[in-house]
Amino acid sequence: MSLLEIRNVSKHFGGLAALTNVTYEVNKGEILGLIGPNGAGKTTLFNVVNGFYPPTEGEVFFKGEKVSHLKPHQICKRGMGRTFQVVRPLQRMTTLDNVIASAFLRAKSKAEATTMAFESLQFTGLYEDRNAVSKGLPLGKRKKLEITRALATQPEMLLLDESFAGLNPSEQNDLVEIIRKVKGRGITIMVIEHHMKVIMSISDRIVVLNYGEKIAEGNPKEIGNNPLVIEAYLGEAIDA
Amino acid sequence: MKKSLPLLIILALLLILPLIGLSTYALHILVLVIMWSTIGMGWNVLGGYCGQVSFGHAAFFGMGAYTAGLLYFHLGISAWWGLLACIPVLTVTSLVIGYICLRLRGAYFALATLALGEVLRVTAENLVKFTQGDLGILIKQRTWVEKTWFYYIILLVAIGTFLLVKKVIESKLGYYFVAIREDQDAAESMGIDTTLYKTIALCLSGTLTGMAGAFYMNYMGYIDPTVVFPLYDISIVTVMVVMIGGVATYWGPAIGAVIMVFLAEVIRSMPKIGAAHQTLFGILLIFIIIFLPNGIAGDYRKLLRPFRPKGASS
Repeated sequence: MSLLEIRNVSKHFGGLAALTNVTYEVNKGEILGLIGPNGAGKTTLFNVVNGFYPPTEGEVFFKGEKVSHLKPHQICKRGMGRTFQVVRPLQRMTTLDNVIASAFLRAKSKAEATTMAFESLQFTGLYEDRNAVSKGLPLGKRKKLEITRALATQPEMLLLDESFAGLNPSEQNDLVEIIRKVKGRGITIMVIEHHMKVIMSISDRIVVLNYGEKIAEGNPKEIGNNPLVIEAYLGEAIDA
Repeated sequence: MKKSLPLLIILALLLILPLIGLSTYALHILVLVIMWSTIGMGWNVLGGYCGQVSFGHAAFFGMGAYTAGLLYFHLGISAWWGLLACIPVLTVTSLVIGYICLRLRGAYFALATLALGEVLRVTAENLVKFTQGDLGILIKQRTWVEKTWFYYIILLVAIGTFLLVKKVIESKLGYYFVAIREDQDAAESMGIDTTLYKTIALCLSGTLTGMAGAFYMNYMGYIDPTVVFPLYDISIVTVMVVMIGGVATYWGPAIGAVIMVFLAEVIRSMPKIGAAHQTLFGILLIFIIIFLPNGIAGDYRKLLRPFRPKGASS
Protein backbone atom coordinates (compact mmCIF):
# COMPACT_ATOMS: atom_id res chain seq x y z
CA MET A 1 0.00 0.00 0.00
CA SER A 2 1.40 3.37 -0.89
CA LEU A 3 1.73 5.98 1.83
CA LEU A 4 3.12 8.72 -0.37
CA GLU A 5 2.31 9.18 -3.99
CA ILE A 6 4.16 11.61 -6.21
CA ARG A 7 2.21 12.08 -9.40
CA ASN A 8 3.65 13.84 -12.48
CA VAL A 9 5.40 16.45 -10.35
CA SER A 10 7.27 19.22 -12.15
CA LYS A 11 8.93 22.21 -10.53
CA HIS A 12 10.25 25.14 -12.51
CA PHE A 13 12.24 28.06 -11.15
CA GLY A 14 11.76 30.66 -13.85
CA GLY A 15 13.15 28.99 -16.96
CA LEU A 16 14.95 26.25 -15.05
CA ALA A 17 13.19 22.89 -14.85
CA ALA A 18 14.40 21.48 -11.54
CA LEU A 19 11.95 18.57 -11.71
CA THR A 20 10.20 17.19 -14.78
CA ASN A 21 7.27 14.85 -14.58
CA VAL A 22 8.44 12.77 -11.63
CA THR A 23 6.12 9.93 -10.64
CA TYR A 24 6.65 7.27 -8.01
CA GLU A 25 5.17 5.86 -4.83
CA VAL A 26 6.57 5.16 -1.40
CA ASN A 27 5.07 2.10 0.27
CA LYS A 28 4.10 1.97 3.90
CA GLY A 29 6.92 0.71 6.10
CA GLU A 30 9.73 0.73 3.56
CA ILE A 31 12.93 2.70 3.25
CA LEU A 32 13.13 4.36 -0.12
CA GLY A 33 16.48 5.76 -1.20
CA LEU A 34 16.51 8.81 -3.46
CA ILE A 35 19.80 9.20 -5.29
CA GLY A 36 21.22 11.13 -8.19
CA PRO A 37 24.21 13.28 -9.12
CA ASN A 38 24.58 16.82 -7.72
CA GLY A 39 21.83 19.13 -8.91
CA ALA A 40 19.54 16.28 -9.89
CA GLY A 41 16.63 17.81 -7.97
CA LYS A 42 16.54 15.55 -4.92
CA THR A 43 16.29 18.30 -2.32
CA THR A 44 13.85 20.21 -4.53
CA LEU A 45 11.64 17.12 -4.56
CA PHE A 46 11.84 16.98 -0.76
CA ASN A 47 10.86 20.62 -0.57
CA VAL A 48 7.86 19.97 -2.80
CA VAL A 49 6.76 16.90 -0.82
CA ASN A 50 7.30 18.74 2.46
CA GLY A 51 5.36 21.80 1.31
CA PHE A 52 8.09 24.44 1.09
CA TYR A 53 7.44 24.80 -2.63
CA PRO A 54 4.16 24.24 -4.43
CA PRO A 55 4.75 22.04 -7.48
CA THR A 56 4.49 23.82 -10.84
CA GLU A 57 2.56 20.84 -12.16
CA GLY A 58 1.43 17.56 -10.71
CA GLU A 59 0.26 16.48 -7.30
CA VAL A 60 1.48 14.87 -4.11
CA PHE A 61 -0.77 12.56 -2.11
CA PHE A 62 -0.02 11.58 1.49
CA LYS A 63 -2.22 8.90 3.06
CA GLY A 64 -4.60 9.33 0.14
CA GLU A 65 -5.01 13.05 0.76
CA LYS A 66 -3.74 15.67 -1.64
CA VAL A 67 -1.07 17.63 0.22
CA SER A 68 0.55 19.68 -2.52
CA HIS A 69 -0.34 23.36 -1.88
CA LEU A 70 -0.53 22.74 1.87
CA LYS A 71 2.02 24.53 4.07
CA PRO A 72 4.92 22.64 5.72
CA HIS A 73 3.39 22.86 9.20
CA GLN A 74 0.10 21.42 7.93
CA ILE A 75 1.91 18.55 6.25
CA CYS A 76 3.93 17.95 9.41
CA LYS A 77 0.70 17.83 11.41
CA ARG A 78 -0.52 15.08 9.06
CA GLY A 79 2.45 12.96 10.00
CA MET A 80 5.48 13.84 7.93
CA GLY A 81 8.75 14.87 9.55
CA ARG A 82 11.89 16.02 7.79
CA THR A 83 15.53 16.87 8.35
CA PHE A 84 17.62 19.39 6.47
CA GLN A 85 20.72 18.77 4.39
CA VAL A 86 22.44 21.70 6.06
CA VAL A 87 21.56 21.11 9.71
CA ARG A 88 19.27 23.70 11.19
CA PRO A 89 19.19 23.28 14.95
CA LEU A 90 17.47 26.00 16.94
CA GLN A 91 20.90 27.27 17.86
CA ARG A 92 20.53 29.08 21.11
CA MET A 93 18.24 26.48 22.62
CA THR A 94 19.45 23.40 24.46
CA THR A 95 19.11 20.01 22.81
CA LEU A 96 16.22 19.19 25.11
CA ASP A 97 14.39 22.45 24.37
CA ASN A 98 14.78 21.83 20.64
CA VAL A 99 13.03 18.52 21.00
CA ILE A 100 10.40 19.82 23.44
CA ALA A 101 9.46 22.57 20.98
CA SER A 102 8.94 19.86 18.40
CA ALA A 103 7.04 17.53 20.72
CA PHE A 104 4.48 20.26 21.49
CA LEU A 105 2.89 19.43 18.13
CA ARG A 106 1.18 16.39 19.67
CA ALA A 107 1.53 17.09 23.39
CA LYS A 108 -1.19 18.80 25.36
CA SER A 109 0.96 19.98 28.25
CA LYS A 110 4.56 20.85 28.88
CA ALA A 111 4.95 17.78 31.07
CA GLU A 112 3.73 15.56 28.26
CA ALA A 113 6.00 17.30 25.74
CA THR A 114 8.97 16.82 28.06
CA THR A 115 8.20 13.11 28.47
CA MET A 116 7.95 12.71 24.71
CA ALA A 117 11.19 14.62 24.22
CA PHE A 118 13.03 12.43 26.75
CA GLU A 119 11.74 9.36 24.99
CA SER A 120 12.92 10.58 21.57
CA LEU A 121 16.31 11.62 22.97
CA GLN A 122 16.83 8.19 24.50
CA PHE A 123 15.79 6.55 21.25
CA THR A 124 18.49 8.33 19.23
CA GLY A 125 21.08 8.30 22.01
CA LEU A 126 21.24 12.04 22.56
CA TYR A 127 19.93 11.89 26.11
CA GLU A 128 23.36 12.56 27.64
CA ASP A 129 23.65 15.77 25.61
CA ARG A 130 20.22 17.08 26.52
CA ASN A 131 21.47 20.14 28.38
CA ALA A 132 24.05 21.18 25.81
CA VAL A 133 23.31 24.28 23.74
CA SER A 134 22.69 22.90 20.27
CA LYS A 135 25.03 25.39 18.59
CA GLY A 136 27.96 23.76 20.38
CA LEU A 137 27.19 20.16 19.43
CA PRO A 138 29.51 18.41 16.96
CA LEU A 139 28.10 17.81 13.48
CA GLY A 140 27.30 14.15 14.07
CA LYS A 141 25.17 15.02 17.06
CA ARG A 142 23.52 17.93 15.30
CA LYS A 143 22.50 15.55 12.51
CA LYS A 144 21.10 13.21 15.15
CA LEU A 145 19.30 16.14 16.75
CA GLU A 146 17.58 16.84 13.44
CA ILE A 147 16.30 13.29 13.38
CA THR A 148 15.32 13.38 17.05
CA ARG A 149 13.39 16.56 16.50
CA ALA A 150 11.58 15.10 13.51
CA LEU A 151 10.77 11.96 15.50
CA ALA A 152 9.36 13.99 18.37
CA THR A 153 6.53 15.12 16.10
CA GLN A 154 5.46 11.43 16.04
CA PRO A 155 5.59 11.11 12.25
CA GLU A 156 4.37 8.26 10.11
CA MET A 157 6.89 9.19 7.50
CA LEU A 158 10.35 10.68 7.78
CA LEU A 159 12.25 12.53 5.05
CA LEU A 160 16.00 12.42 5.67
CA ASP A 161 18.08 14.78 3.57
CA GLU A 162 21.73 13.63 3.50
CA SER A 163 21.92 12.73 7.13
CA PHE A 164 25.18 10.86 6.54
CA ALA A 165 27.15 13.60 4.80
CA GLY A 166 30.22 14.65 6.74
CA LEU A 167 30.03 11.86 9.31
CA ASN A 168 32.91 9.56 10.21
CA PRO A 169 32.45 5.78 9.76
CA SER A 170 31.52 5.09 13.38
CA GLU A 171 28.94 7.89 13.37
CA GLN A 172 27.61 6.49 10.09
CA ASN A 173 27.17 3.01 11.56
CA ASP A 174 25.49 4.55 14.56
CA LEU A 175 23.03 6.38 12.30
CA VAL A 176 22.32 3.28 10.20
CA GLU A 177 21.32 1.54 13.43
CA ILE A 178 19.01 4.42 14.34
CA ILE A 179 17.39 4.40 10.91
CA ARG A 180 16.81 0.65 11.14
CA LYS A 181 15.27 1.16 14.59
CA VAL A 182 13.02 3.89 13.19
CA LYS A 183 11.91 1.52 10.45
CA GLY A 184 11.29 -1.11 13.14
CA ARG A 185 8.72 1.24 14.63
CA GLY A 186 6.78 1.12 11.38
CA ILE A 187 7.82 4.58 10.26
CA THR A 188 8.22 4.92 6.49
CA ILE A 189 11.45 6.61 5.45
CA MET A 190 12.52 8.41 2.30
CA VAL A 191 16.22 9.17 2.37
CA ILE A 192 18.48 11.23 0.12
CA GLU A 193 22.02 9.97 0.25
CA HIS A 194 25.25 10.21 -1.69
CA HIS A 195 27.00 7.53 0.27
CA MET A 196 26.47 4.48 -1.97
CA LYS A 197 27.45 1.84 0.55
CA VAL A 198 24.95 3.19 3.03
CA ILE A 199 22.12 3.65 0.58
CA MET A 200 22.58 0.20 -0.95
CA SER A 201 22.54 -1.45 2.47
CA ILE A 202 19.56 0.30 4.05
CA SER A 203 17.17 0.89 1.14
CA ASP A 204 14.37 -1.47 0.20
CA ARG A 205 13.94 0.34 -3.08
CA ILE A 206 15.79 3.14 -4.82
CA VAL A 207 14.65 5.92 -7.13
CA VAL A 208 17.28 7.65 -9.28
CA LEU A 209 16.95 11.24 -10.47
CA ASN A 210 19.09 12.90 -13.10
CA TYR A 211 18.54 16.43 -14.41
CA GLY A 212 15.17 16.49 -12.66
CA GLU A 213 13.86 13.35 -14.29
CA LYS A 214 13.38 9.90 -12.85
CA ILE A 215 15.69 7.58 -14.78
CA ALA A 216 15.36 4.39 -12.77
CA GLU A 217 13.46 2.73 -9.96
CA GLY A 218 13.98 -0.67 -8.38
CA ASN A 219 15.70 -2.65 -5.65
CA PRO A 220 19.36 -1.86 -4.85
CA LYS A 221 20.69 -4.74 -6.96
CA GLU A 222 18.75 -3.70 -10.07
CA ILE A 223 19.86 -0.11 -9.63
CA GLY A 224 23.50 -1.11 -9.24
CA ASN A 225 23.39 -2.88 -12.61
CA ASN A 226 21.26 -0.36 -14.46
CA PRO A 227 23.28 1.05 -17.41
CA LEU A 228 21.40 4.37 -17.30
CA VAL A 229 22.35 4.88 -13.67
CA ILE A 230 25.98 4.00 -14.27
CA GLU A 231 25.99 6.42 -17.17
CA ALA A 232 24.52 9.21 -15.05
CA TYR A 233 27.17 8.76 -12.39
CA LEU A 234 30.23 7.83 -14.44
CA GLY A 235 29.51 9.29 -17.87
CA GLU A 236 28.91 7.56 -21.19
CA ALA A 237 31.02 4.63 -22.27
CA ILE A 238 33.27 5.35 -25.22
CA ASP A 239 32.51 3.17 -28.22
CA ALA A 240 35.51 1.18 -29.15
CA MET B 1 9.13 29.48 47.23
CA LYS B 2 12.82 30.10 47.70
CA LYS B 3 13.14 31.05 44.06
CA SER B 4 10.49 33.73 44.22
CA LEU B 5 11.99 35.34 47.33
CA PRO B 6 14.00 38.04 45.51
CA LEU B 7 10.88 38.74 43.48
CA LEU B 8 8.85 39.30 46.64
CA ILE B 9 11.51 41.53 48.17
CA ILE B 10 11.62 43.71 45.06
CA LEU B 11 7.84 43.83 45.03
CA ALA B 12 7.70 44.86 48.69
CA LEU B 13 10.29 47.59 48.11
CA LEU B 14 8.34 48.92 45.14
CA LEU B 15 5.15 48.93 47.17
CA ILE B 16 6.54 50.98 50.06
CA LEU B 17 8.63 53.35 47.95
CA PRO B 18 6.00 56.09 47.58
CA LEU B 19 5.31 55.99 51.32
CA ILE B 20 8.77 57.12 52.38
CA GLY B 21 8.18 60.68 51.32
CA LEU B 22 9.87 60.94 47.94
CA SER B 23 9.73 64.22 46.12
CA THR B 24 7.23 64.60 43.30
CA TYR B 25 10.10 64.63 40.84
CA ALA B 26 11.56 61.35 42.15
CA LEU B 27 8.16 59.73 41.99
CA HIS B 28 7.72 60.98 38.44
CA ILE B 29 11.01 59.33 37.46
CA LEU B 30 9.87 56.08 39.08
CA VAL B 31 6.59 56.16 37.19
CA LEU B 32 8.48 56.64 33.94
CA VAL B 33 10.85 53.78 34.75
CA ILE B 34 7.96 51.41 35.43
CA MET B 35 6.10 52.55 32.31
CA TRP B 36 9.18 51.96 30.16
CA SER B 37 9.65 48.54 31.75
CA THR B 38 6.14 47.66 30.64
CA ILE B 39 6.77 48.85 27.09
CA GLY B 40 10.07 46.98 27.07
CA MET B 41 8.45 43.77 28.27
CA GLY B 42 5.84 44.13 25.55
CA TRP B 43 8.47 44.66 22.87
CA ASN B 44 10.49 41.75 24.23
CA VAL B 45 7.68 39.27 23.47
CA LEU B 46 7.82 40.07 19.76
CA GLY B 47 11.39 41.28 19.27
CA GLY B 48 13.23 39.34 21.94
CA TYR B 49 11.55 35.95 22.09
CA CYS B 50 9.92 35.69 18.68
CA GLY B 51 12.80 37.45 16.94
CA GLN B 52 10.66 39.86 14.93
CA VAL B 53 12.47 43.12 15.60
CA SER B 54 10.12 46.09 15.51
CA PHE B 55 11.23 49.67 15.07
CA GLY B 56 7.68 50.93 15.24
CA HIS B 57 6.38 50.26 18.71
CA ALA B 58 5.42 53.90 18.93
CA ALA B 59 2.53 52.83 16.71
CA PHE B 60 1.14 50.64 19.49
CA PHE B 61 2.01 53.09 22.24
CA GLY B 62 0.30 55.89 20.36
CA MET B 63 -2.72 53.80 19.50
CA GLY B 64 -3.16 52.99 23.19
CA ALA B 65 -2.76 56.63 24.17
CA TYR B 66 -5.21 57.80 21.53
CA THR B 67 -7.70 55.08 22.46
CA ALA B 68 -7.81 56.49 25.98
CA GLY B 69 -7.75 60.10 24.82
CA LEU B 70 -10.48 59.72 22.21
CA LEU B 71 -12.77 57.87 24.61
CA TYR B 72 -12.54 60.87 26.90
CA PHE B 73 -12.76 63.43 24.11
CA HIS B 74 -15.66 61.97 22.12
CA LEU B 75 -17.65 60.03 24.68
CA GLY B 76 -16.82 62.08 27.73
CA ILE B 77 -16.00 59.05 29.86
CA SER B 78 -12.92 58.70 32.00
CA ALA B 79 -9.75 58.09 30.03
CA TRP B 80 -8.98 55.28 32.47
CA TRP B 81 -11.39 53.14 30.47
CA GLY B 82 -8.71 53.31 27.81
CA LEU B 83 -6.66 50.80 29.79
CA LEU B 84 -9.37 48.20 29.14
CA ALA B 85 -10.57 49.48 25.78
CA CYS B 86 -7.09 49.34 24.30
CA ILE B 87 -7.05 45.54 24.66
CA PRO B 88 -9.61 44.89 21.88
CA VAL B 89 -8.50 47.96 19.90
CA LEU B 90 -4.84 46.96 19.91
CA THR B 91 -5.61 43.32 19.22
CA VAL B 92 -7.52 44.26 16.08
CA THR B 93 -4.85 46.77 15.05
CA SER B 94 -2.15 44.14 15.58
CA LEU B 95 -4.07 41.65 13.46
CA VAL B 96 -4.26 44.12 10.60
CA ILE B 97 -0.60 45.13 10.97
CA GLY B 98 0.43 41.50 11.29
CA TYR B 99 -1.46 40.52 8.17
CA ILE B 100 0.48 43.13 6.22
CA CYS B 101 3.91 43.07 7.86
CA LEU B 102 4.47 39.54 9.16
CA ARG B 103 4.88 38.05 5.71
CA LEU B 104 8.14 40.01 5.63
CA ARG B 105 11.22 38.61 7.26
CA GLY B 106 14.13 40.07 9.20
CA ALA B 107 15.21 43.54 8.17
CA TYR B 108 12.20 43.96 5.89
CA PHE B 109 9.84 43.45 8.79
CA ALA B 110 11.84 45.97 10.83
CA LEU B 111 11.58 48.51 8.00
CA ALA B 112 7.86 47.95 7.60
CA THR B 113 7.26 48.57 11.31
CA LEU B 114 9.48 51.63 11.15
CA ALA B 115 7.25 53.04 8.45
CA LEU B 116 4.18 52.08 10.43
CA GLY B 117 4.86 54.41 13.34
CA GLU B 118 5.42 57.27 10.93
CA VAL B 119 2.26 56.47 8.97
CA LEU B 120 0.17 56.56 12.13
CA ARG B 121 1.75 59.82 13.25
CA VAL B 122 0.96 61.52 9.97
CA THR B 123 -2.54 60.04 10.02
CA ALA B 124 -3.18 61.34 13.53
CA GLU B 125 -1.90 64.76 12.49
CA ASN B 126 -4.25 64.93 9.53
CA LEU B 127 -7.48 63.44 10.88
CA VAL B 128 -8.09 66.78 12.51
CA LYS B 129 -11.82 66.27 13.10
CA PHE B 130 -11.30 62.96 14.85
CA THR B 131 -8.02 63.45 16.71
CA GLN B 132 -7.72 67.24 16.93
CA GLY B 133 -4.55 66.93 14.84
CA ASP B 134 -1.53 68.82 16.16
CA LEU B 135 -3.65 70.51 18.81
CA GLY B 136 -3.61 67.23 20.65
CA ILE B 137 -5.94 66.01 23.35
CA LEU B 138 -5.99 67.53 26.79
CA ILE B 139 -7.68 66.00 29.79
CA LYS B 140 -9.07 69.05 31.54
CA GLN B 141 -9.74 67.46 34.88
CA ARG B 142 -6.85 65.34 36.10
CA THR B 143 -7.81 62.37 38.24
CA TRP B 144 -5.23 63.07 40.93
CA VAL B 145 -2.77 65.85 41.48
CA GLU B 146 -0.64 63.56 43.59
CA LYS B 147 1.42 60.98 41.74
CA THR B 148 1.07 58.17 44.27
CA TRP B 149 -1.98 56.56 42.70
CA PHE B 150 -0.52 56.81 39.23
CA TYR B 151 2.51 55.03 40.60
CA TYR B 152 0.45 52.17 42.01
CA ILE B 153 -1.62 51.80 38.84
CA ILE B 154 1.36 51.54 36.52
CA LEU B 155 3.05 49.24 39.03
CA LEU B 156 0.01 46.97 38.86
CA VAL B 157 0.08 47.01 35.07
CA ALA B 158 3.81 46.26 35.07
CA ILE B 159 3.50 43.37 37.53
CA GLY B 160 0.62 41.94 35.54
CA THR B 161 2.70 42.25 32.37
CA PHE B 162 5.70 40.60 34.01
CA LEU B 163 3.69 37.63 35.25
CA LEU B 164 1.81 37.26 31.96
CA VAL B 165 5.00 37.34 29.88
CA LYS B 166 6.68 34.83 32.22
CA LYS B 167 3.69 32.51 32.02
CA VAL B 168 3.53 32.76 28.22
CA ILE B 169 7.25 32.26 27.68
CA GLU B 170 7.34 29.16 29.87
CA SER B 171 4.44 27.60 27.96
CA LYS B 172 4.13 26.08 24.51
CA LEU B 173 3.84 29.59 23.08
CA GLY B 174 7.27 30.52 24.44
CA TYR B 175 8.90 27.46 22.90
CA TYR B 176 7.25 28.22 19.59
CA PHE B 177 8.26 31.90 19.68
CA VAL B 178 11.90 31.01 20.29
CA ALA B 179 11.81 28.26 17.66
CA ILE B 180 10.59 30.82 15.12
CA ARG B 181 13.34 33.24 16.17
CA GLU B 182 16.05 30.64 15.78
CA ASP B 183 14.98 29.25 12.40
CA GLN B 184 11.67 29.95 10.76
CA ASP B 185 11.93 27.21 8.13
CA ALA B 186 12.97 24.59 10.65
CA ALA B 187 10.07 25.71 12.85
CA GLU B 188 7.65 25.26 9.94
CA SER B 189 8.88 21.75 9.30
CA MET B 190 8.44 20.98 13.01
CA GLY B 191 4.74 21.61 12.53
CA ILE B 192 4.69 25.17 13.86
CA ASP B 193 2.27 27.50 12.09
CA THR B 194 4.78 30.35 12.01
CA THR B 195 2.34 32.94 10.66
CA LEU B 196 -0.18 32.20 13.41
CA TYR B 197 2.34 32.27 16.25
CA LYS B 198 4.05 35.39 14.98
CA THR B 199 0.63 37.05 14.88
CA ILE B 200 -0.06 35.95 18.47
CA ALA B 201 3.29 37.42 19.57
CA LEU B 202 2.48 40.66 17.78
CA CYS B 203 -0.99 40.94 19.35
CA LEU B 204 0.36 40.32 22.82
CA SER B 205 3.26 42.71 22.32
CA GLY B 206 1.09 45.42 20.77
CA THR B 207 -1.56 45.19 23.46
CA LEU B 208 0.91 45.42 26.36
CA THR B 209 2.60 48.42 24.76
CA GLY B 210 -0.79 49.98 24.10
CA MET B 211 -1.74 49.67 27.76
CA ALA B 212 1.37 51.64 28.67
CA GLY B 213 0.24 54.22 26.11
CA ALA B 214 -3.23 54.43 27.64
CA PHE B 215 -1.65 54.95 31.03
CA TYR B 216 0.56 57.69 29.60
CA MET B 217 -2.53 59.58 28.38
CA ASN B 218 -3.99 59.52 31.87
CA TYR B 219 -0.73 60.31 33.57
CA MET B 220 0.45 63.21 31.45
CA GLY B 221 -3.04 64.53 30.72
CA TYR B 222 -1.97 65.72 27.27
CA ILE B 223 -0.96 63.97 24.06
CA ASP B 224 -0.37 65.01 20.49
CA PRO B 225 0.91 62.98 17.53
CA THR B 226 4.54 64.03 17.91
CA VAL B 227 4.53 63.07 21.59
CA VAL B 228 3.14 59.53 21.29
CA PHE B 229 4.12 58.45 17.76
CA PRO B 230 7.74 59.63 17.48
CA LEU B 231 10.38 57.43 15.95
CA TYR B 232 13.28 58.44 18.24
CA ASP B 233 11.67 59.12 21.55
CA ILE B 234 9.46 56.03 21.63
CA SER B 235 10.28 53.43 18.97
CA ILE B 236 14.07 53.62 19.16
CA VAL B 237 14.13 54.11 22.93
CA THR B 238 11.98 50.98 23.29
CA VAL B 239 14.52 48.95 21.34
CA MET B 240 17.34 50.46 23.40
CA VAL B 241 15.64 49.72 26.73
CA VAL B 242 15.50 46.04 25.84
CA MET B 243 18.91 45.85 24.17
CA ILE B 244 20.69 47.50 27.09
CA GLY B 245 18.78 45.53 29.69
CA GLY B 246 18.92 42.20 27.92
CA VAL B 247 17.01 40.82 24.96
CA ALA B 248 14.81 37.82 25.76
CA THR B 249 15.34 38.02 29.51
CA TYR B 250 12.66 38.57 32.16
CA TRP B 251 14.48 41.37 33.98
CA GLY B 252 16.18 42.97 30.99
CA PRO B 253 13.44 45.49 30.19
CA ALA B 254 13.26 46.68 33.81
CA ILE B 255 17.04 47.10 34.05
CA GLY B 256 17.13 48.84 30.69
CA ALA B 257 14.28 51.15 31.70
CA VAL B 258 16.11 52.23 34.87
CA ILE B 259 19.26 53.02 32.91
CA MET B 260 17.55 54.75 30.00
CA VAL B 261 15.25 56.93 32.08
CA PHE B 262 17.99 57.99 34.48
CA LEU B 263 20.40 58.60 31.65
CA ALA B 264 17.86 60.69 29.76
CA GLU B 265 17.28 62.81 32.87
CA VAL B 266 20.98 63.24 33.62
CA ILE B 267 21.88 64.14 30.06
CA ARG B 268 18.97 66.54 29.77
CA SER B 269 20.14 68.44 32.85
CA MET B 270 23.63 68.91 31.46
CA PRO B 271 24.17 72.32 29.91
CA LYS B 272 24.91 72.34 26.18
CA ILE B 273 25.23 68.54 25.85
CA GLY B 274 21.55 68.12 26.71
CA ALA B 275 20.36 68.53 23.15
CA ALA B 276 22.72 65.80 21.98
CA HIS B 277 21.09 63.01 23.96
CA GLN B 278 20.31 61.02 20.83
CA THR B 279 23.98 61.05 19.86
CA LEU B 280 24.96 59.84 23.30
CA PHE B 281 22.32 57.10 23.20
CA GLY B 282 23.71 56.00 19.86
CA ILE B 283 27.22 55.75 21.25
CA LEU B 284 25.94 53.82 24.25
CA LEU B 285 24.13 51.39 21.95
CA ILE B 286 27.31 50.76 19.96
CA PHE B 287 29.18 49.94 23.17
CA ILE B 288 26.43 47.61 24.34
CA ILE B 289 26.32 45.74 21.03
CA ILE B 290 30.10 45.27 21.00
CA PHE B 291 30.76 44.44 24.65
CA LEU B 292 27.45 43.15 26.03
CA PRO B 293 25.52 41.74 23.07
CA ASN B 294 23.08 40.02 25.42
CA GLY B 295 22.49 43.16 27.48
CA ILE B 296 23.12 43.62 31.17
CA ALA B 297 20.76 40.89 32.32
CA GLY B 298 22.18 38.46 29.75
CA ASP B 299 25.85 39.23 30.23
CA TYR B 300 26.00 40.18 33.90
CA ARG B 301 28.66 37.53 34.49
CA LYS B 302 30.92 39.42 32.08
CA LEU B 303 30.31 42.61 34.05
CA LEU B 304 31.27 40.93 37.30
CA ARG B 305 34.50 39.47 35.92
CA PRO B 306 36.81 42.39 36.88
CA PHE B 307 35.64 42.10 40.49
CA ARG B 308 36.43 38.43 40.85
CA PRO B 309 39.64 37.20 42.47
CA LYS B 310 42.23 36.27 39.88
CA GLY B 311 42.21 32.67 38.75
CA ALA B 312 38.56 32.06 39.54
CA SER B 313 36.82 30.55 36.54
CA SER B 314 33.42 31.61 35.40
